[in-house]
Amino acid sequence: MLAVAAGPVIPTFGGGSSSFACERANHLFCTGWVSRNWSTVLWPALRQHIVLTVIAVTIGFAISTTLALIAYRRRWLERPVVIVTSILYTIPSLALFELLEPIPGLGLSRTTAEVALVSYTLLILFRNTLTGLREVPSDVRDAAAGMGMGPIQSLLRVEIPLALPAIIAGLRIATVTVISLATVASLIDNEGLGAPILTAISNEVFKTELIAAGALAVALALAADALLVILQRVLTPWARMKT
Amino acid sequence: MHNFVEAFKFIGRNGQVPGAPHLPTLVHLTLETLKIAGIGIVIALVIALPVGLVLGHIHRGSFVAINIGNIWRALPSLAVLAIGVAFLGIGLRNVELALVVLAVPPIITNAYVAIDGVDRDIVDAARGMGLTGREILLKVELPLGIPLIFAGIRTAALFVVSTTTIAALTGYSGSLGDVISNETSYHLSGVLGAAICIALLALLVEFLLAGAQRLLTPEGLKLKGDEAVAALVPAVEMG
Repeated sequence: MLAVAAGPVIPTFGGGSSSFACERANHLFCTGWVSRNWSTVLWPALRQHIVLTVIAVTIGFAISTTLALIAYRRRWLERPVVIVTSILYTIPSLALFELLEPIPGLGLSRTTAEVALVSYTLLILFRNTLTGLREVPSDVRDAAAGMGMGPIQSLLRVEIPLALPAIIAGLRIATVTVISLATVASLIDNEGLGAPILTAISNEVFKTELIAAGALAVALALAADALLVILQRVLTPWARMKT
Repeated sequence: MHNFVEAFKFIGRNGQVPGAPHLPTLVHLTLETLKIAGIGIVIALVIALPVGLVLGHIHRGSFVAINIGNIWRALPSLAVLAIGVAFLGIGLRNVELALVVLAVPPIITNAYVAIDGVDRDIVDAARGMGLTGREILLKVELPLGIPLIFAGIRTAALFVVSTTTIAALTGYSGSLGDVISNETSYHLSGVLGAAICIALLALLVEFLLAGAQRLLTPEGLKLKGDEAVAALVPAVEMG
């Protein structure tokens, strides 16, 4: 056989088969690759990552807030919820994804990824919401009752607003945790910023893609955290009056 | 359910691991995972504990000590590993570096908050009794700070165990992650068996550290049962 032609050039692949010198040599960072693959590789992965995160945090928030509100009235519920969610929180992500996979209806899908991601938010959100509600001074609760508010009105108009800083602190931790774990979820659903990282590893450790996708994941987490800090400032203008 | 039964059978099965042929594959890899994680956490402790303790003792550097913890929470472990691979290549060096990077911040932040928050009256009383700064740190502030310091170490240890297995996704071979990321060779039973081993390892590390915390906590500070369970997520995260 004569000189074997190089394999077909697949656009997302850098490394040995690329027609660009920087990528063939696998230099540390090839800006050209990033700009050529932004709209086909990086942006879709980033978008999927955001969607995965928003869904997981929303569902986790709904479940844990419901549980926290019940445990706020019925104290006995706190202990079992904390024990179960602590165990879920302790199981390493890679293991949890795989343990969920054989369950009928889950398999290698986005649902499996979301179930695992939601389970990591529960402990943090439940504890912060419950602690926030419990720390509302009893004087304030009495004052609300004295003004003629019923339990539900007092909860909605007095206790929950006062618990907001703790609730949003929980949301910040849950959100960055989910962003972090969603990169590992790519093993299950092949979505999000973990996907280009796994591709780059299997493609002769293509450095540019590793750094670009890794940096995007870090940047996304920092941006989400900053957004939630701003949200807290907007929602609790009175908190800035203190100190 | 059948899959899980097969998984447990797989855990006890002998494998062909070079260097340790008498141990079942998964038991051998569990011990290897523990070794890699252990090295990471020990290096992180050696670096982070003195920094956090001393900063807390002199009540300086709160901005750095607290914000390092905030930024740390935003670092996805797979991203840290991936960026590390780009710079250092695949290998134990890169894995340990990622482990240390992820484990140092929570230890520093919690140690700082623990020592900085010790009641000033107690410290003054100790000084009045003639204790030197070093004695105050080691005999008064350190024992009082144990619960928070351990909360940081436990958070870090959890991350380190978890990240050690994730390292397999970035090409590093030699931990339980190998089996998990290679279903073609080990089949579903092997993957599930490895997942069970990782989950048990993480829970075991958590329980051991919780036990160590109980042993080291001064009698007067012991938490009641409920709070001990609740101490899993460190208090600083309320930020």
